[in-house]
Amino acid sequence: MTALVILLGVWLGAWTLNSGLSEMRGSLPRRLVPVIFGLTILTLWQMAVRLYDISPVILPAPSDIGAQIANSLPTLWADFVQTFVKGALTGYLMGCSAAIAVAILIDRSPFLQRGLLPVGNFVAALPIVGIAPIMVMWFGFDWQSKAAVVVIMVFFPVLVNMVAGLKATEPMQRDLMSTYNASYWQTLAKLRLPAALPFLFNGLKIATTLALIGAIVAEFFGSPIVGMGFRITAEIGRLGLPMIWAEIAVAALAGSAFYGLVALIEKRATFWHPSQRN
Amino acid sequence: MRSLGPVLVVLAAICALWYLAAIWMNAAWVNDQAAREGREVFLVDLVTETLMQERPVLPAPHQVAKGLYDGVFGQAVTSKRSLVYHGWVTLSATLLGFAIGSAAGILLAVGIVYNRAMDLSVMPWAIASQTIPILAIAPMIIVVLNSLGITGIVPKAIISAYLSFFPVVVGMVKGLRSPDAMQLDQMRTWNASGMQTLGKLRLPASMPYLFASLKVGVAASLVGTIVGELPTGAVAGLGSRLLSGSYYGQTIQIWAALFAAALLAASLVALIGGLERVTLKRMGLAR
Repeated sequence: MTALVILLGVWLGAWTLNSGLSEMRGSLPRRLVPVIFGLTILTLWQMAVRLYDISPVILPAPSDIGAQIANSLPTLWADFVQTFVKGALTGYLMGCSAAIAVAILIDRSPFLQRGLLPVGNFVAALPIVGIAPIMVMWFGFDWQSKAAVVVIMVFFPVLVNMVAGLKATEPMQRDLMSTYNASYWQTLAKLRLPAALPFLFNGLKIATTLALIGAIVAEFFGSPIVGMGFRITAEIGRLGLPMIWAEIAVAALAGSAFYGLVALIEKRATFWHPSQRN
Repeated sequence: MRSLGPVLVVLAAICALWYLAAIWMNAAWVNDQAAREGREVFLVDLVTETLMQERPVLPAPHQVAKGLYDGVFGQAVTSKRSLVYHGWVTLSATLLGFAIGSAAGILLAVGIVYNRAMDLSVMPWAIASQTIPILAIAPMIIVVLNSLGITGIVPKAIISAYLSFFPVVVGMVKGLRSPDAMQLDQMRTWNASGMQTLGKLRLPASMPYLFASLKVGVAASLVGTIVGELPTGAVAGLGSRLLSGSYYGQTIQIWAALFAAALLAASLVALIGGLERVTLKRMGLAR
């Protein structure tokens, strides 16, 4: 009972602080409030685990997870390299470049566009991770099969966005290019590709999360004895929950960092677009 | 309907490529068999034999179609080999989770729009959570809940609720904020209370956004359920069909389960799309 009172007290205190802060003006409270909220959740988690004596095979405390991360950095790094760098990143680069290339290729044929786009939209909504067992059979247990799953997962969202982007120019702008006597490729390079960038980055950002999901889930179907998905399944068998949470923390960090990196490149590349101007 | 022709052509091209790929990828096995028996393989034999293997590297479209047909119509629906049975196991968990997840998402979105502290505290995390491979925790949730004695449909539903929750929150917040200042001022001149503004302006205005995010959410829910079926060791559900197929090299079973899952996803999204059209039409929002 006292434990519950303490937890509620912490929650109410933090919430009052946040309510007060969010009434204030300026950019500092805006940054501070989410941080306080996150820290409160972590504190409550830690306190609840300790006060109620929750077994670490059900829910480990944040401090246990932190200790686990600190103790197993080499393993986590090896898993990260295997899953993220070899599986997700390779697949992401291959899938996205293939999608961009196909989008440019079918750009000249309205017939193909009208045929491929509905199919692409349809496939983008399907549970494509299910293709993982097939890829594991074809390409073996190592990172190649994971990269193959990632290629298929990121291909369609990027394709659909890139095709939409290539249509994003105004007739007026294209007319201007033809009064300059610009060839098809000149128009493409100087007008239509830059105009397609905001759309393309939209697809690229969606694809970052998909890439990581694909690489991890594909490892559930078979993997060498390294990798984030492998570690998660292996530690489940041993009820090593702190290690699983550590892997999830790494995956979350990697996912946000990957997304952030693409968003940063977008900011640099499409600085002229209204959505990037303040 | 203008694009029906091109779509059919593209689908036919995919089918043709698939047949060619099947012949090419399954040829090694046929050649091996023939070399062992000391007979020569002609092109006709190669084609017929590559397309009729028991466990092909790549099953041909008609084999997948037959697997799907057998799984759906060839068994009693209660049979463990029936795709209807496994599909229902997956579908029920997906629907339960989707209902919980989207209801919770709508409630949280209302809270975020009406409470500034909640907006500033929760919204950044809700957006950040979309960049995280949440699916990775699915096996852990299943196993932990199993060890607590909670089995069956609930753990899978929790995962699928979790996956549909965040898209709905983010889309619904955008939708509830879509009325412009002029419309909100109008409500104020009518002396409308917060509840009235919500019921008569914000909620109706958010419908297009809600349906868009529901479509994303239901697809995510289904993926969540399928992945949630993996770690329990292939008991029931489309995910377990995938896993047991990959254990025993039953490629046709994998492809049939995959297509069943695709059909399920497509019909769920189409169902919400239909609801969207009807609702928006009755509200006069149809474009």
